[in-house]
Amino acid sequence: MRPAVLDVRDLRKAYGRTVAVDGVSFEVHQGEILGLLGPNGAGKTTTINMVLGVLAPDAGTIGIEGLDLAARRSDAIERTNFAAVYAPLPGNLTVEQNLRIFGMLYGVAGLKERIGELLATYDLERFRRTRCGVLSSGEQTRVSLAKAMLNRPRLLLLDEPTASLDPATAREVRARIREAAARGTGGVLWTSHNMYEVAEVCDRVLFLSKGRILLAGDPKALPGEHGKANLEELFITVAREPLTLEEGAA
Amino acid sequence: MRASRVGAIVLRQGYLISHSVSRIVPLFAWVVVDVVLWGLITRYLNTFTGSGYNFVPALLGAVLLWDFLTRVMQGVTMAFFEDVWARNFLNVFATPIRISEYVGGLVVSSVATSAVGLVVMVAVATVVFALPFTTYGMFLGPFLGVLFLFGIALGIVGISIVLRLGPAAEWFIWPLPAILSPFASVFYPVSALPGWMRVIARLLPPSYVFEGMRGIVLRQGAPTAPLLWGTALAVLYVGLACLLFVRVHRYAVRTGLIGRYSAETVS
Repeated sequence: MRPAVLDVRDLRKAYGRTVAVDGVSFEVHQGEILGLLGPNGAGKTTTINMVLGVLAPDAGTIGIEGLDLAARRSDAIERTNFAAVYAPLPGNLTVEQNLRIFGMLYGVAGLKERIGELLATYDLERFRRTRCGVLSSGEQTRVSLAKAMLNRPRLLLLDEPTASLDPATAREVRARIREAAARGTGGVLWTSHNMYEVAEVCDRVLFLSKGRILLAGDPKALPGEHGKANLEELFITVAREPLTLEEGAA
Repeated sequence: MRASRVGAIVLRQGYLISHSVSRIVPLFAWVVVDVVLWGLITRYLNTFTGSGYNFVPALLGAVLLWDFLTRVMQGVTMAFFEDVWARNFLNVFATPIRISEYVGGLVVSSVATSAVGLVVMVAVATVVFALPFTTYGMFLGPFLGVLFLFGIALGIVGISIVLRLGPAAEWFIWPLPAILSPFASVFYPVSALPGWMRVIARLLPPSYVFEGMRGIVLRQGAPTAPLLWGTALAVLYVGLACLLFVRVHRYAVRTGLIGRYSAETVS
């Protein structure tokens, strides 16, 4: 097995009395796309925020390419990047300005050329000097993805990255991310509510329910192992009847 | 500290200001209004004095220096508010940027924006009202230095308050200089204050600047010792303000406030 780019151990986070993440452990390996699935409030975004270093865990450790996030945050985060539907780039800056600023923040070498490559890859060249705030939601998502690729991250975190994209663009985006992962230098942690997409893209999935990992495995084999026709049926069972799966797993 | 990350914060501010009239005009509009208003008042007051006392360097100079401090503070807070208004905290704080680099970027942005205000103020005060800057001699630089440091400290305290209490708390920040000005003895000596206000005045670096400035105008000697006190206090406050911001940022990371900033509170 390839080495882990992300190593999460016994992660826990509570907001007051509400436990959002409860003893979660997992790894993302080089070249792997790991799907983090679960109903709303399962703890996916809390987990991603902790991996991004914007939320401190109550317990547990996070290692990014062997660097302890708590001790060496800046060095560890330099190896990551992210795109999330709830974190659009500032709308009062142009696409190029946003990419330049975030490229500087991530310390990207040869930034001008890298911006040019990404504008071409994500079909954004014609929006180079357009303010992000006037782009459609799908175009803004492509800008966020271009920003997420700026530093060729070893760990890419994608929180519902295709939520605002039309099916054709979503397919292209999935293909590009798969290509990037297939090159084998980085891993991807991907959340989505689109089970068709997850089955197509992810090498492995984790189902979270109430902050705990309920199921883990190959997205193509997992439904059959639990008597379900497909991943969507399994997802609905996780959301509505998690106890039946816990009993089955036991 | 990595210069490119500091530069990114400054560049962002540069992009925003260079394409926005509503950001360019406030850099100098209010200081021009203040200088013109107080320039006319001082001219009028000069017509009543038979002793030859010149109100221009005492009052107009004080207004100019106080406006400079206000511009410095707002230079820091405005750059921070851009992240508040654009809901950009998650994007920025999920990058490798360190707190020292982020605050450093805000301070450098403030140097640039407050310099614009200072140049315009000095030009109007000199050309229109013949403010004789040579009166302050070699102390003009130290005066500005102390006020700059204290303006930075106030700005960092301001952004700490807004980060902790949420976007609506920006209304606590704008009046900060006005609240402090009676204690800072901008227009009158510290001795004119009641006892309890004098205690606060002695804790404020600007009061040493304005006392020193009036001392020079009244030919009472070089204000070297007060300026050293003022400088030491200003440096201390910058350090304390940075510690405050670090603590508030840690609180925001511990509670999840950065990811849910628009909610204003996580309780």
